Amino acid sequence: MIQFFVKGVIRDRSRSLFSFIVVTLGVFLAVIFRGFMAGVFDDMMRQSAIMQTGHVKVATRAYAEEADLMPNDLAILEVDSLITALEQHYPALFWTPRITFAGLLDVPDAQGETRKQGAMMGVAIDFFSESTRQIELWDLNNKLTSGNLPRTPEEVLLGNEFARRLEVEIGDVVTFIGGTMYGGFASYNFTVAGTVSLGVGAFDRNILMVDLEGARQALDMENAASFVMGFYQDMFYDDPGSVILSARFNDAHSAEENDVFGPVMHALRDQQNLGAMVDLSGQVLWLIIGIFMFAVTVVLWNLGLMNGLRRYGEIGVRLAMGETKTHVFGTMLIESLIIGMAGTVVGTAMGLLLVLYLQEVGLDYSALMENYAIPVSTVMRGKITPDLYVIGVVPGIFATLIGTMLAGRGIYKRELSQLFKELET
Amino acid sequence: MAHHHIVEIRGLVKRFPMGGNHFTALKGIDLDIEIGEFTGLVGPSGSGKTTLLNIIGGLDAPSEGTLTVLDMALAEKNHKELAALRRHGIGFIFQTFNLLPVYSAYENVELPLLLLGLPADKRKAAVMHALERVGLTDKAQSRPAQLSGGESQRVAIARAIVKEPRLVLADEPTANLDAANSHNVMGILARLNRELSTSFIFATHDEKVMGYLTRVLHLVDGTIQREELVEHPQFLEKV
Ligand SMILES: Nc1ncnc2c1ncn2[C@@H]1O[C@H](COP(=O)(O)OP(=O)(O)OP(=O)(O)O)[C@@H](O)[C@H]1O
Ligand SMILES: [Mg+2]
Repeated sequence: MIQFFVKGVIRDRSRSLFSFIVVTLGVFLAVIFRGFMAGVFDDMMRQSAIMQTGHVKVATRAYAEEADLMPNDLAILEVDSLITALEQHYPALFWTPRITFAGLLDVPDAQGETRKQGAMMGVAIDFFSESTRQIELWDLNNKLTSGNLPRTPEEVLLGNEFARRLEVEIGDVVTFIGGTMYGGFASYNFTVAGTVSLGVGAFDRNILMVDLEGARQALDMENAASFVMGFYQDMFYDDPGSVILSARFNDAHSAEENDVFGPVMHALRDQQNLGAMVDLSGQVLWLIIGIFMFAVTVVLWNLGLMNGLRRYGEIGVRLAMGETKTHVFGTMLIESLIIGMAGTVVGTAMGLLLVLYLQEVGLDYSALMENYAIPVSTVMRGKITPDLYVIGVVPGIFATLIGTMLAGRGIYKRELSQLFKELET
Repeated sequence: MAHHHIVEIRGLVKRFPMGGNHFTALKGIDLDIEIGEFTGLVGPSGSGKTTLLNIIGGLDAPSEGTLTVLDMALAEKNHKELAALRRHGIGFIFQTFNLLPVYSAYENVELPLLLLGLPADKRKAAVMHALERVGLTDKAQSRPAQLSGGESQRVAIARAIVKEPRLVLADEPTANLDAANSHNVMGILARLNRELSTSFIFATHDEKVMGYLTRVLHLVDGTIQREELVEHPQFLEKV
């Protein structure tokens, strides 16, 4: 019996094809839209995580409270043993110290007099330890615009805008002027090894990147760090996971609650209002599902009505042969289910392919943006998230069924003999 | 004598709502049809032929009166029971053949048997037998679009009789056919009537159809004005 109606769907292309195209298109758009949004969010969160927040971050209670001021006098001490303990307790993440510091960068001339000077933002990452993933995460090999990566703790990278403004060349000596961890005056000479373009305007205009060791010498921060960052091994931010993890860590260290130098852990969502963005990313999923669900339902409802008009003849004959209205309605639903499933599979496959392309290659629209100095990346990215595989089911199958149901109500509403009147014309 | 009467109608009135008022299409019909009859409702357009046929087939409900079809009193039946009555006992033939365009002649004829849940081998035998009766075994695999009008109506006849119903209702079955095809179709139906003792009720104003009927009910303005029994219908001898 079902076979009989499946045959009908396949043979009556003119009837099935348009619905199929609508479903396919709806699902396809939902998938790429979601994939694109996931890519944008992922890009933003990944950048924040790498540059500023980690997936989780451990700092002293006092530092965490005033993190915006980069108060290195409140830095965390005994970093090596802290990291060993973290690695032991939380093996799902890898841990790395970070020092951020501010100051002036002075470029001396041949006589040692100031030639140029500028406010700088120092970021000290782990360049040299064997297990470090920082170079990979910052993608420094690709972001290097001249010179090379530092080979000693005294070598540094400058943001390319910064280097241009200060008119420094590779190999030039620059002097950091600021304060030590203990509040003393700091002055330390670095050599410029290379310049980078990180794609984030604020950074490119005043960043100095240096190995932890160099920063520790300059700032007198032996075995100390501004904070320690933790990242999931697969770099995928697990929001509920990191919230639980932080709570666990903070519970374990609650004895030190009154100690302003005791460690405290914060998840990405608890820093810099990123929680709102994480939540938004989740809500966007439902918004997309809602929009496409609605659109596909409405289109298929109307298609169903048009098809229904064309099919009054068929419906009338089948009712005359003794099919019940419920059975006719049921077979119409089965037909639309078949079309819905086919459209969902094809639409999802096409959408996934495009998102995969965006994820792996990306769509570079920087040419369009040449005249705008916006501090965001100009490569359109996508991301394959697990929900992409199932997001299409809602607009593809549920909406198809609902659209058909709405369209098919006419069968119940109309008097049988009325269906025949329409059949005869 | 319900047993001999395949249709029994008493005091049947049918009113259609029209604006705030209503229009009375059937004004008190009393009618018995016996097993094996070859009857026709004849009358001018708008006299109520189709309305009466639809009510007998359970496609429409009477406003007043009682009605027993195939020993079933229709008044108190619901949609499902009426559908079962049609599925098992009644075949329909339409003026516009109403074959399902995406299915072959064979599949069109098979559908009523699928609805009855017959097994495949029984279906096949019955479908081929029905196509044989209308002389179209060679067109079994053709789609309706590939069939002539006469052939289409013969497929529709095969579809109506494939389950060997006790009653066939035919509304203007020849209206879209030329003379030769009309006679061909009526000949087939007359033969089926004789061989299977299937009862037929026609609605028609076609003289050719009337030439086959053994009983003619003249419907005028919603009432049966007179009825004629024809002992030797004009064309029936040649069948
Ligand atoms: N659903 C309806 N609503 C209102 N009036 C109707 C309805 N169906 C039929 N009628 C009216 O009832 C009368 C009988 O209609 P019916 O279709 O039975 O005529 P008929 O004898 O079959 O005519 P024809 O030979 O043209 O097919 C007509 O006047 C028609 O306008
Ligand atoms: Mg009529």
